[in-house]
Parts: sequence; C-alpha cells; structure tokens
Amino acid sequence: MPAIDYHAILPELILSGTILLALVAATALPRQRSWVAMPLSFLGVVGALVATLTLIGSDRATFGGTYVVDNFAVLFKVFFMVVALVVLAVSLRYFREGRFYQGEYYFLLLSSFLGMLTMPSSRDLLMLFISLELVSAPGFLMAGLRKGDPRSNEAALKFFLIGVLSTAVMLYGMSLIYGVTGTLSLTGIAEVLSGPAGGGNLALAAILFVVAGFAFKVSAAPFQFWAPDTYEGSPIPVAAYLSVASKAAGFAGLLQLMFVAFAPRADFWAPIFAVVSVATMSLGNLVALQQRQVVRLFAYSSIAQSGYMLLPFALVGSDAAINRAAFAAVVLYILIYAVMNLGAFGVILAVAREAPGALVTDFAGLIRRAPALAVSMVLFLVSLAGIPFLAGFWGKFFIFSAAIDARQAWLAVVMVVNSVISVAYYLSIARQMIFVEAPQDARPLRVPALVSTVVVLAAAAIVTVGVFPDLFAHFPQVSTLSAP
Amino acid sequence: MDWFDKWAITLAVFIPTVGAAVIAIVPRERDRLARGLGLLFSGVPLLVGILMLFRFDFGMGGAFGRAGALQFEVNLRWIDALNANYHVGLDGISLPLLELTLLLTFLCFIYTWRFLPEPGRPKAFAALLLLLETGMAGTFVAFDLVLFFVFWELVLVPMYFLIGVWGGPNREYAAVKFFLYTIFGSVFMLLGFLAMYFRSDIPGVGHTFDIVLLQQAGFPTGIQNLVFVGLFLGFAIKVPMWPFHTWLPDAHTEAPTVGSVLLAGILLKMGTYGFVRISLPLLPDASRSWAPAIGVLAVIAIVYAALACLAQRDLKRLIAFSSVGHMGFVMLGIATLTPIGINAAVFGMVAHGVITGMLFFLAGSIHERYHTREIAEIGGGMLSKVPYLGSVLTFTAIASLGLPGLAGFWGEVMALLSSYSPADGLSLGLFRTLMVFGGVGTILTAGYFLWMLQRVNLGTVPDRWQAKVFPDVLAIEWLSWAPLLVGTLLLGVFPRLVFGVTNEAVSNLVGLFT
Repeated sequence: MPAIDYHAILPELILSGTILLALVAATALPRQRSWVAMPLSFLGVVGALVATLTLIGSDRATFGGTYVVDNFAVLFKVFFMVVALVVLAVSLRYFREGRFYQGEYYFLLLSSFLGMLTMPSSRDLLMLFISLELVSAPGFLMAGLRKGDPRSNEAALKFFLIGVLSTAVMLYGMSLIYGVTGTLSLTGIAEVLSGPAGGGNLALAAILFVVAGFAFKVSAAPFQFWAPDTYEGSPIPVAAYLSVASKAAGFAGLLQLMFVAFAPRADFWAPIFAVVSVATMSLGNLVALQQRQVVRLFAYSSIAQSGYMLLPFALVGSDAAINRAAFAAVVLYILIYAVMNLGAFGVILAVAREAPGALVTDFAGLIRRAPALAVSMVLFLVSLAGIPFLAGFWGKFFIFSAAIDARQAWLAVVMVVNSVISVAYYLSIARQMIFVEAPQDARPLRVPALVSTVVVLAAAAIVTVGVFPDLFAHFPQVSTLSAP
Repeated sequence: MDWFDKWAITLAVFIPTVGAAVIAIVPRERDRLARGLGLLFSGVPLLVGILMLFRFDFGMGGAFGRAGALQFEVNLRWIDALNANYHVGLDGISLPLLELTLLLTFLCFIYTWRFLPEPGRPKAFAALLLLLETGMAGTFVAFDLVLFFVFWELVLVPMYFLIGVWGGPNREYAAVKFFLYTIFGSVFMLLGFLAMYFRSDIPGVGHTFDIVLLQQAGFPTGIQNLVFVGLFLGFAIKVPMWPFHTWLPDAHTEAPTVGSVLLAGILLKMGTYGFVRISLPLLPDASRSWAPAIGVLAVIAIVYAALACLAQRDLKRLIAFSSVGHMGFVMLGIATLTPIGINAAVFGMVAHGVITGMLFFLAGSIHERYHTREIAEIGGGMLSKVPYLGSVLTFTAIASLGLPGLAGFWGEVMALLSSYSPADGLSLGLFRTLMVFGGVGTILTAGYFLWMLQRVNLGTVPDRWQAKVFPDVLAIEWLSWAPLLVGTLLLGVFPRLVFGVTNEAVSNLVGLFT
C-alpha cells in the first residue's frame, strides 16, 4: 500500500470537512439562522482554493497513479473553486428569501463541487466515473429544491431519469473498454487503442457509449432536451451552476478522455464530434430565437455554446500542433464562457426577485431601473455573441483559428453563421433593457450587494480580458495534458 | 517632439474612449456638462490630428509597404499567443480619412450642443459617440489585422444604440438590420484574416497578422481567391455595394442626424478603405481577377441608386440612396487598379464624407424646422422662407452632383477617366462600357438633385407654412457647418490637398499591378 500524498488531496479534504460542517451547522442552528451555512461554506471554499493555489506548478500522483495533480488539474480546480464562490455569493439572498432548506442546499452544492475537484485529477475510468456521479447526483436533488412548484419537480425528475439512463450507457461503454483493453488507466487505454485492438468494432462502439454519457452532461445534441426544462424549473442559482460548473466538469472529463485515452482513434470519433457540434449549436441557436422566458433562452444559449466548445474536438487528428491548439481553444472557451454566463445569471437573478416569471419583457427599461446592472448585462450579451472587444470574441477567435489551421474551414463557417444568428436573440434582451420603456409603476431595482458585486466584477473581467486577451490566452498552453 | 510622434495616433484614437468613461460617471442631471465634455474629448483629438498634419512628412507621402515608411508608427506587443501586435501608423491613404473622422465627430458634438433628438439622455449619447469615434479612427490607423478587426467591430455596438434609441419611428428594425448585416459580413472577413495568418510564413516571423509584412507573403492564387471572397463580403456590405446595400437606406433614414452624418461620412469609408488597404495589396492576383465583377457591381450601384433617388419622397432617404451611388464611383475607381482610379477613390471618400455629411446635417435641420422630411409636404419655397438654409442646401446638393469647381467633381470624373484605361490585364471593352454607363449615372444624379432642389427650394411657400416662423441658419449650425462648406470649396479648387497626400502611397500600392 503506497503512502497517500496528503498535500495533493488537501483541497478535497478541506472541502469534505466543510461539507459535513455545513450540514451539521444547518441542522443544529435555529431556522432563521440556518443561512450561516453559506458563510461557512464560503470560508471552506476559500480554504480549498488557497490549498489548491499551493499546488501550482506541482506534478504529483497518488493512489497508484489514478489521481494526478498537474497544471491541467490545478487550472480546473482553481476555476471550479472560483465558480463555487460566485454561485455561493448569488445564492445567499435567494435561498434566505424563499422557503428552502438552506443547509441541504449548501451541502448538496459543495458535494457537487467536490466531484468537480476530483474530475480533472482522475486519470482512470473508475475515478472518472465516480467524479462524474458525484457531480451529477446532487444536481438531481438541487433541481427539485423548489418543492412547491410542479415545474421544479418536473425539472428534477427529467434530469434524474435522463441522467441515470446516460450514466448506464456510459458505464456499459466503460466496461466494454475495460474488456477490450484490459486496463482502466487513461494512458494505458491509449496504448492499447493505438495497437490493432483499437480498430475493432467493439472498441469503437464502447467509445461511442462513453461519449454519449458525457454528451448528456454537456447537453450536446441529441442529449440536450433535459436542459431547458431543468434550467427553468430549478432555483436560478442552481440553473447558473448547471449551465456553468456542471457543464465545465463534463468538459474537463471529456477533454481527458478524448485527448488522452481515445486520442489514437480520433479518425473515428472526430467526424462524429463535427456532426454533434454543428447540430448542437444550430439547434440551440435556432430554438433560442423563439424563447420568451429568459432562463429558457439562456438554456438554449448554453446548448449553443456547448456546440462551440465541442467544435475543437472535431479537429483532433495526427498533427500535434493542431491538437494543442484545439485543446487550448476548448479550455479557453470554458473559462471565458463561465465568466460571462455567471454574470448574466447574476443579472437574471436580480431581475427575477421582483418578477419571478423572468420573461424577456420583464427586462424592459432596466437601464433606468438599475443602470450598472443593465450596462453589465449588455456587456455579457455582446460578449456571448462574440463581438470584440469583449472576452467572448477571443474565445470564438481561438476556435475559428484552430479550425482554419486544421483546414476545416467549413466548421468555422457554420460557427460563424451561428454566431450571427445568436446576435439576434442576445440583442433582443438588450433591446428590452434599453429601447423599451419600463412600465409606469416600475421602481428602481433593489439588488443584493453580493449579486451586484459579482456582476460588476464579471463585467470588469470581461472587458479586461477583452482588451488584453493574453491574460487568459496563456493558461491553456501551460495546462496542456501530456498525451502519451 | 519625439514623444508626440510616437503617441500621437494613440492619443487621437483613445482620448475619446477616456472621455466616454469620464462621461459615464457624470451625474445624470448635468446635461450641459455631458455635452461640454463631449466637445472637449472630441476637440482634443482633433487638435492632435491638426498637429499631426504639421508633423507629417508629405514628401514621403507615406510609402506604404516600404519598411519603416509608415509615419507616427507604433508597434508594440499585444497578444503573444497570436503574434498580434498593437501596430498603428499613418500613410498617405490613412491620413485624410483619419482627419476626416476627427473633424466630423467634433462637428457632430458642436451640433449636439443645440440639437439632441428624443429621448434626450445627453450622457449616454455623448459617451456612445466618443466610443464610436475610437472605433472609426482606429480602423484607419490599424496595421495589424486583429487590431483592425477589433476597431472595425467596435463601431457596431455604439451605432446600434445610437440608431435604436435616438432614431426615427422605425428605429429598432433599422438598428437590428444594420447590426446583423454588418456582422454577417465581418465574420467572414475574420475567417479570411485567419486564413491569411495560417498561410503566411514570413522569414523570421512565421505566421503574422501584420498588414505590412503580409504583403511579402505572396499567397498562391487559389488561396487568394478564397480569402478575397471572405474579405469581399465584409467590405462590400459595409460600403455598401449593390446588392448588399439594403441595410443602408433604413439605417441612414432612421438614425439621428449626427448618426447619419457619421454613418455616411465615415462608416461607409471603412469598407472602401478595407479594399484599398487590405484586399488590393495583400491579394493582388485575386483583386485583378475580381476587378471586373466589382466594376460591374459598382456601375449597377451608380445607375440603380440614381433611379431609386428619382423615386424617393423622403428627403433623408434620397440622400441615403445617393450615398450608394457615390460609393459606386469610389468602387469603380478602385476596380480599375490604376493610380488615377485609386487616387480618385480616396478623393471620392473624403469628398463624399464632407458633402454627404453636410447633406445629412441639412436634412436634420430641415426636419427640426418643418417637422417633416417629405419633399411634397415641404412643398417648395425654402429659398424665400429660410434663404440661408436654402442657399446652403443648393450649394451642397450641387457639390454632390459633381459640379466642376466643387469637391464632388474630382472623385467622379477621375473614376470615369481611369476606367477608360484600366490596369493591364483588365478588359478594355468592359471598362469602357462601364465608363459609359457611369457617365449616364452622373447625368441621372444631376437630374435627381436638381429635381429635388426644384421641389424643395424653388416655387412659392405653401399656405400651411406661410404663418409659421422658422429661424434661419443658427449660429451653432454655422459653426458646425462652416468647415464642411469651406472644405467643399477648397477641395474643389485645390484637389491637390488630397491628391498631394495620397499620390505616393497610391503609386506604391499600384506598383503591384503593373
């Protein structure tokens, strides 16, 4: 039994302790004080974040090499912890004001984030599966936290059923992979797959099954249809978490599988990703055009964004330079997407406090009611649409450039057309906020301080990265996974 | 003055951005302060621009393409991951357009001191105008494709809001149409830029976005043709060339007065400038094979716009359509690929900016008084009702139709002249036919302008306006118009003011085609 490297798993340990603490604190405290679970969780996450920061630059492996802390893992862990802080910050008011069991919520949320911490470190199929389940299972419950609302029940049930189904398919695929290759380690799988055994139909089918499981997680077509209903029914902070953190976790796993384990068979799966990516972005964008409810609109928008993030997978091939560029493009896009989408959800949250229906028309005249919020929202929308000089543009730019570099210009053209379509619905919200007058009785919007802080910080980040993209652009390069 | 030479462009481009940020924190009630700051933050860049005129070495004329021949050049590292740099500079082609941008924006702020369209909000209006100025000015000085693209797109959002908030009754439709059309073209342009980046392999540099360096890339013809199509979509929609022009009449008609002035005066030139700055020097072979098609589209635009103008009832829409025709002459000049043609094109851009900017100011001021832009409702007699305003309209319209001695003349006549003998390898027969049709276009242009003058200026004042008292041209209007009126006359009498600046840069450029 080799010794466990406790420093490498320190962030996970701290977070696990916090999870228990939050659960106990919420049950021990009287109801009106149970919100204290949030600052407790916040501190715990900060602790985990600090612990992660001490790991920068290290390259550690423990648990017999199945658990690795390298630059890739650290980058994603820091990212997930920051997202956790943001989600916690916007949750406080929302859950205090509604009739929720707050202790449960923070317990579930942090458990899910624990799964995200282990995801990028998992270097064999078993760990990967456990991480993915740890991310997903609390999500099923959180989607149903608005217990009195049938739509929330539906959200949870739909999410659960489809989630379990896809998990089953993925597990089946993983067992087949183990059968073919005789190993669970990602690099081991890659070695066997690059040999003659990798060409068999069984191996290819297994890859497909595993990819299908992750496609559910990142809401890629044709596994996307749970997303709009689930986002709409969930509490809004949970929708923000689902659209950013949970999706990014799926991508973190997918990156390791595709760029390491299955890389030798890229000739087989890259074209599939091309089709999935095009279908996902087109479907997301076209349906988003029809939406009148903001959370649903953002659900479809986030499906479309998944499509963009899937595109670089289609470029993987035998050219190492292009693979690196594709990898960097995905990572960069996830980082940037998270900032702008979280910011946008912060604004939605603020508006939905006074207009629970959160229709697009509820944004009317926001520029008068909450100017800073409205201006930030315009920045997020324009950035999501991918227009310079904001961060979202660079995310798309690196994807375009990878596609052109890989001589797959047609994919870039499809994405370009999709971006133009997306401008129409993103602007429809901007239009409501600025061109349409607020109703007569509208008062200035009261925004919780934490929410407005998050929104303004996100907007500042979007602009800063937009002007100096180098701040972000070199992250993915240092974090490139070492392919075998 | 070394310090000035290094930072002049940066100051001119980014002082407006700083101004926009400053105005954003001004309290909402301080209406005059917001407008005053607008004046200040557009006035200082203009001063910088004027100083640059004195420092600019006209002898060199900015020999674009020769290493180190750009003036006021700055080349700083910006995005290492892409090898994209903050590379700005000026040559004889950029200089007039930059000056035009700085001047027109400042004049717009003078005009805004008195006239601000519904629903007011001077703070947001001034901030957006300043942001727009950064985008426009930056486009004309950028010598890095990524930087160029960022400035190019920076123009979209402020203009979208200027049209959508302060525009006419149909403003939202016009704003969205403008935005979607332009972005559709420009994303294909971006793909073209990326293709050039990856196909370039400059010794010692590798892949690059640098416009000067890319001239040495010598792309194979197949690539050139493909990239040209992408760039063409971006530029042609912006110009706009027929048949991509349909966003223009809506946007120009619905935009507030100063929005139309800047749209027509500057934004359209970004498209034609793109052809001259990027398509021609970087893709010479493709330019040569596409030139006939561009020439044909240009002449269709000239004739089509003139016919459309004859059918317009709205004064502002008429001016908007006339822009399509004038830009047709510019594109015809470019399509000939000759020094005369491209000189004529740059001259045409400047002249059109001055004259049509002025026409849109006039349309705005007429609307301020009559509260209608319908030619039939104005009903004539403006010369006797408001004699100065009527005279200025006559002067500007006649300049626009290309009367010799005024600015509009040189661009058109030299474009036609150059199509008599286009560059080697272009079909003589085709271009001479184009010249004939272009000539017909000038006659039609004269026709609709004169007809418009007859219906608006001449005749007796209709009964409905008899009792109304309109102020004639106000001091603030004189102030914002005088530079344009003087410019129209000066450019007409001394065309060397522009040709002297552009000629050398143009000959360098055209060297690629002879």
